[in-house]
Amino acid sequence: MTVDIPLPPIEAVPATQGRTRHAGRAATPWQRRTRLQRAVQALAPLLRKPGFSLALLVVLFALLAALVPQVLTGFDPYATSPADKLVAPNAVHWFGTDELGRDLYTRVVYGARLSILAALLAVAIALVGGLGLGVLAGFAGGRTDALLMRLVDVLLALPGLLLALAIVTAIGFGTVPVAVAVGVGILPGFARTTRGEVLRIKTLPYVEAARLGGASWVRTLWRHVLPNAWGPVAVLATLDFGAAILATAGLSFLGFGAAPPAAEWGTLIANGRHFLITAPWVSLLPGLFLVAVVFSLNHLARSAEEHAR
Amino acid sequence: MKGYLAGRLAQAVLVLWGAYTLTYFILYLLPGDTLAIMLSASGMEADGLSAQELAQARAFYGLDKGVFEQYFALLWGALQGDLGQSLSLGRPVTALLAERLPQTLALAGTAIGLSLLAGVGLAYLTAYVQWRPLKAALARLPSLGFSVPVFWMGLLLIQVFAFGLGWFPATGSQGTASLVLPAITLAIPSAAVYAQVLQRGFQGVWQEPYIATAFAKGLSRAQVQARHGLRNAALPLLTLVGLQVGNTVSGAVLVETIFSRNGVGRLAQEAVLRQDIPVVLAIVAVSAAAFVVVNLIVDLLYPYLDPRITHTAKVS
Repeated sequence: MTVDIPLPPIEAVPATQGRTRHAGRAATPWQRRTRLQRAVQALAPLLRKPGFSLALLVVLFALLAALVPQVLTGFDPYATSPADKLVAPNAVHWFGTDELGRDLYTRVVYGARLSILAALLAVAIALVGGLGLGVLAGFAGGRTDALLMRLVDVLLALPGLLLALAIVTAIGFGTVPVAVAVGVGILPGFARTTRGEVLRIKTLPYVEAARLGGASWVRTLWRHVLPNAWGPVAVLATLDFGAAILATAGLSFLGFGAAPPAAEWGTLIANGRHFLITAPWVSLLPGLFLVAVVFSLNHLARSAEEHAR
Repeated sequence: MKGYLAGRLAQAVLVLWGAYTLTYFILYLLPGDTLAIMLSASGMEADGLSAQELAQARAFYGLDKGVFEQYFALLWGALQGDLGQSLSLGRPVTALLAERLPQTLALAGTAIGLSLLAGVGLAYLTAYVQWRPLKAALARLPSLGFSVPVFWMGLLLIQVFAFGLGWFPATGSQGTASLVLPAITLAIPSAAVYAQVLQRGFQGVWQEPYIATAFAKGLSRAQVQARHGLRNAALPLLTLVGLQVGNTVSGAVLVETIFSRNGVGRLAQEAVLRQDIPVVLAIVAVSAAAFVVVNLIVDLLYPYLDPRITHTAKVS
């Protein structure tokens, strides 16, 4: 990766020459850029791509919907009105209404909270567990490594959804059990990636230098190994965030998610199944929104990955 | 080679045993009260029973023995092909699976074939097309493919091809016509993965000197791609096919539920809904076995397909 060092502004040079040398500003010709400046400079070329900006907007909209749904819609998600049930999409009801006359767009916006929370919880579980296992395996090496990697092999041999189904059978139905089940399902990927990165970084000269300088293993791990192992794991987290949204939606579609009238995106799509002939929008439009969010997440992750290369 | 084969077999058996054990511990030890779940699955209320009846039920389900004794009894049964009794249906799980498995195998087989066809076709087209905007659009298509939830794709296909155009039946498991829509639905995510990997493979292969040689001896672009590009770029696909078995099985649960097909996937969904623990354990174990066996076959096939790969120890 290239590091661009900003040059001091040209007009500043004659000004300092003109005045006396002890002017305060001239004494600090170069300053490390702030975190914000570096982030903006890294993002600027990406933001100029229309696809990236659009994807970012969609994801931000979904996050906003999860945090403050009442800003984005004027309807109540639970207010039924039998008079206008199964209305096709129009200017008032953007996504139409469902079988009880509830505004579907509002249901989708409010559903974002449960769906995104579940996906966040799943990724958090996978991230913490995977990082822990991966660092332990990569750092300890030897028998511990072999044992942990066999465990990961076993987890990888169990198809993700079926492992999740087994966990849901054991701990019950609902948003949180589904999130836990999905999190355990995507954990092995994180463990593998982290272990690979730790193994790579462990042999680099600066780790050796830190150890020779007297840093403890814990400090070396915390200050030198983890910050450098972070990149690929973060990309995987973004990619798996999309996958987690899909998996939780799949499980709640099968009927193991939140109980009605609360709605996740998966339950909304499942409810619409029964009206597919007469009112296809009831399941297809929420699904389209889900596709847009997941596609945007994947696009962001891939752009970040390509940019880092 | 013999040593490699033995080692690989032992590893496969070990992974399978690990998968069974892990699932057993999740299903039998994780719930606070396994007996209550089992009783409600077979249609009884745990609260209404006396202490004696509870003890009887515990003995009936084999829950009165120690954890390891139970586990070994189950494992021994599974090794002999006896996967226990379904709690809600009151039938042997092995018979249930034998009845439902052909449906799922037909669906999964068709889907894997279709996904390979579509994935390779799309990647080939992407490499062949010269017009920039179309090439870029085709390169982004796989990413869209695995952003679409399987269940939503199924509903969309039903809406368009069953209700709209009336070409195929929307639900059911009789005949070949009912297999078309489910198989396409199930094939899309895997096809997207194959296409993406193959697209990158083509990009890599294109720099190789033998491609220049092939062009120099006068082959057309299509011929170069098919004979020299595809054969070299397609090798990683084999590993992926093995890995995608898991995703296909997962997808089958959703697809069979949407299209109301009488397969193992739907059995899994119903079993989880009724918390029928032995059935869930059996289905997870069988799908893990399918995954392990297919990946074993893939590993053993490699040296035959690419003679450059050997399993003998190298002199370093």
